[in-house]
Amino acid sequence: MSKIHVSTTVNGDPVDFLADPRETLLDCLRNQLGLTGSKEGCGTGDCGACSVTVDGVLVSSCLMLGVEAEGKQIETIEGMARGNDLHPLQRKFIEHAALQYGFCTPGILVAAKALLDKNPDPTETEVRYWLAGNLCRCTGYDKIIRAVMDAAAEMRSAA
Amino acid sequence: MPKDELKQEFRLIGTRPDRPDGLDKVTGRARYGADISAPGMLHAAVVRSPHAHARIVRIDATKALALPGVKAVVTRADLPTGLTGEDLNLQDNTLAGDVALYDGHAVAAVAATSALIAQDAAKLVEVTYEVLPHVIDVDDAMRPDAPVVRPGAADHSVPEGSPPNVARYMEFGHGDIEAGFKDADLVMEKTYKTEATHQGYIEPHACLGQMGSDGKGEMWVCTQGHWYIRRMSAAVLGVEAAQLRVTPSEIGGGFGGKTTIFSEPIALALSRKAGGRPVKLVMSRSEVLRATGPTASASMDVRIGMKKDGTITAAKAVFRMQGGAFIGMSPVGEALSCAFACYDIPNLWHEGHEVLANRPKAAAYRAPGSPMAAFAVESLVDEMCRALSLDPIDVRLKNGAREGTKSSYGPKYGVIGLAETLQAAKAHPNYAVKLGPNQGRGVASGFWFNHGGETSVSLAIGEDGSVTVSVGTPDIGGSRASLALMTAETLGIPYEDVRVNVVETGALGVNEPTHGSRATFASGKAAVEAARSAIKQMCARAAAEWGIDAEAVEWKDGAAVPAGPNAGKFPPMSIAEIGSKMGSTGGPISGHHESTPGGVGASFGTHVVDVEVDPETGHTTVLRYLVVQDAGRAIHPAYVEGQYQGGAAQGIGWALNEEYVYGADGRLQNPLFLDYRMPVASDLPMIDTVIIEVPNPGHPYGVRGVGETGITPPLPARANAIAAATGVRLRSLPMSPPKVLAAIKAGADG
Amino acid sequence: MVEVNLWAGLRRLTDGALVVTVEAATVGQMLDALVRAHPALEPELKGSVTIALDGEVITGGRNTPVRPDSEVYLLQRLKGG
Repeated sequence: MSKIHVSTTVNGDPVDFLADPRETLLDCLRNQLGLTGSKEGCGTGDCGACSVTVDGVLVSSCLMLGVEAEGKQIETIEGMARGNDLHPLQRKFIEHAALQYGFCTPGILVAAKALLDKNPDPTETEVRYWLAGNLCRCTGYDKIIRAVMDAAAEMRSAA
Repeated sequence: MPKDELKQEFRLIGTRPDRPDGLDKVTGRARYGADISAPGMLHAAVVRSPHAHARIVRIDATKALALPGVKAVVTRADLPTGLTGEDLNLQDNTLAGDVALYDGHAVAAVAATSALIAQDAAKLVEVTYEVLPHVIDVDDAMRPDAPVVRPGAADHSVPEGSPPNVARYMEFGHGDIEAGFKDADLVMEKTYKTEATHQGYIEPHACLGQMGSDGKGEMWVCTQGHWYIRRMSAAVLGVEAAQLRVTPSEIGGGFGGKTTIFSEPIALALSRKAGGRPVKLVMSRSEVLRATGPTASASMDVRIGMKKDGTITAAKAVFRMQGGAFIGMSPVGEALSCAFACYDIPNLWHEGHEVLANRPKAAAYRAPGSPMAAFAVESLVDEMCRALSLDPIDVRLKNGAREGTKSSYGPKYGVIGLAETLQAAKAHPNYAVKLGPNQGRGVASGFWFNHGGETSVSLAIGEDGSVTVSVGTPDIGGSRASLALMTAETLGIPYEDVRVNVVETGALGVNEPTHGSRATFASGKAAVEAARSAIKQMCARAAAEWGIDAEAVEWKDGAAVPAGPNAGKFPPMSIAEIGSKMGSTGGPISGHHESTPGGVGASFGTHVVDVEVDPETGHTTVLRYLVVQDAGRAIHPAYVEGQYQGGAAQGIGWALNEEYVYGADGRLQNPLFLDYRMPVASDLPMIDTVIIEVPNPGHPYGVRGVGETGITPPLPARANAIAAATGVRLRSLPMSPPKVLAAIKAGADG
Repeated sequence: MVEVNLWAGLRRLTDGALVVTVEAATVGQMLDALVRAHPALEPELKGSVTIALDGEVITGGRNTPVRPDSEVYLLQRLKGG
């Protein structure tokens, strides 16, 4: 099958790649662009390890085709820190030991950032339901929820 | 080491510094199994049996090989013959021989220039099957007329007249159980069932393998133990272990499921056949669920005798556990050994049947066997406490194992902390919260042996006094942080001055995997010994410089100092100074330690859970959850808590929702995370933890492994809480809402 | 002489004996002596047997010393996760 030329923006940078029409956005990010921070845990949109935002909307990149990225603004885990300045969520995840093996961490951070962009003051229940699409098998979620709440509090006090 | 020699005050141990791999993991830079590529790389796809049990009549790869981009196809014919025992087991599971033994069993594999071409080609491999009768359920497999999974599998331990799928039989115990039951005021016997569950690591198995026609190969792989991968892959492929260099990637979870091989040798076999081009093999989620991991399913009879005051007089367990179609995979021996390990019972008897069924080859899963056993035993103890109106914690304290108790599996216990966990659970505010309607509280304890295992660690002093530690136990739960803490504590230097690397198979002696809760215990013990050996050398260098006896120098706060006023007056010689001069004072300074360490401390924990059951839907909400466990000593308490919380969450999933669902055709019906329902954030409350520290005298800092015990109590604790909330006792897992609702409606005990 | 406690399933291979007394100064000598006394035990002891010595479960260590008053239990292979 012939490949399709895709022009898009990833983490603010213009990029081009050739996508097989069957390839997912996740495949294209990982294999064409070398952005392996987004992970494939299931390929069916159930685990959230591949979470990215497309034009500001949180999506599972394994459920979107690479060719659908044409002309979009895509944000991945690799774009979350500004140079060496970590996003407060990233700092709080390290501080609260909110990761163990860390495979789910990029997707959870991207999803949590999408939440805080919409709702800077979520309740614990709101955080738990927002992150219900992101599986973590290590932590029992306790420290993840605490890290998100703490990051939200810090961002509110800084704002 | 005697208990009183264990130092109570530490500079670093017990603190919570940032983990060294934290930055890589929050920025997406950490490289996992599927994240590495190589020039000229091919992609693999595996052809799997759609049948639970079928003779493989013919495999025709002509059409697949004709597809442009396809470089190689391998089948069992490409692997050597003549293997025996566990090596043959591993080879049989890597690629099926004459018979496919379960739905998802690998039959052939393809390597092509892209993943999509490989997947297309896999569909073009034509396999002719002759379907055979199959058996899935453990009790069905125990029937005398069940389809036979592996003819002639039974070993000498199996009594004559046993059903044909019993591969191994065991019995052990002590005392006189009949007399013990006679002494009891109440004797109860019940049967329990648990379904198979998967470890559920989010990272699917992945590896990049390369092997030339000379039998030399390399592998990049996500694994809990790369020496195991090396030995097993070499055996399956018929090459020498030393010719295979295996580098572990970051690992996206294992929980026991990544202590063995599944498809890894296929990548090497394809590479060897494709002219040595590297081959990447990444499993899909459905492949992971169909063909890797799971734990055993179990059917268990337990009988316990209790006096009115709660004294347990006798107990008996008869367990039947299937571990798939492969001999030696059922953890029935472990399950029986753990069943009554929390108790001091004078009269005990255990019987176990290892049963074969047409299911995937079971792998270890966090305290293998112990959660099922605990579900049966701790549920029955709870039921008897209720019948006799006794407090469940008091009964456990009355009968609980202590130092010197003859354990249920034979030997006497050393220093253990079960009683301390029970007392702390009883004193915790959660245990005093008043419950409302439809709410109930459940208590259960759990046990795991813990493990030492083959360990090799190397430590090198840098030219600036910083320290590199090379270990062979992949870091899953933060062990690089705990190993750096112990090393820095021993050397008297800052935590930040130590870098711990998990290194490849060529860099150290053989290491067992990160399993058996051993990484912080065994690699930690070895790192401390390696540091002590380096200290000795550094003291000798200082002594030579000062012109005094090496014995007259001691190590203090990261520097060599004269030992006492008689040794002479010299300013402390720091590790940085010694390191900067070492090239001219005798050469590089390193320490290393190799052993199969003893001194493993047994691990106990007690959980308390409060639930609310919706009588309309059968849905159970966890209101609060408490984990109390003895860590010996918590090196990095945040990651100890993380182990407790993660184990509890996995146990809650096992108790409530997770199960393998097979159709009448023997095919797995829920090989997706949507249907294989693991706990999500909105299913759980915060998980409260109490770290008990009863130091293990077998470790320089008192460490016991903490990884596994936590998955054990949640299964019965949850069942006990549901029974308290509803008056209905469920004796089969999972306790999913439809099952709870049906039990409530039936009104009787389940 | 060291008293070795076997698991009950091994009785079949030891003419019914649950405790076998052997002359041994190390774990390795003890295992070899057990096989000499009861050759049928060999396949079981050649596989990965777990030994509890004075309350401690050891999986390696053929050279580990055994004292005449040591408490020795043979356990079936134990795996960890």
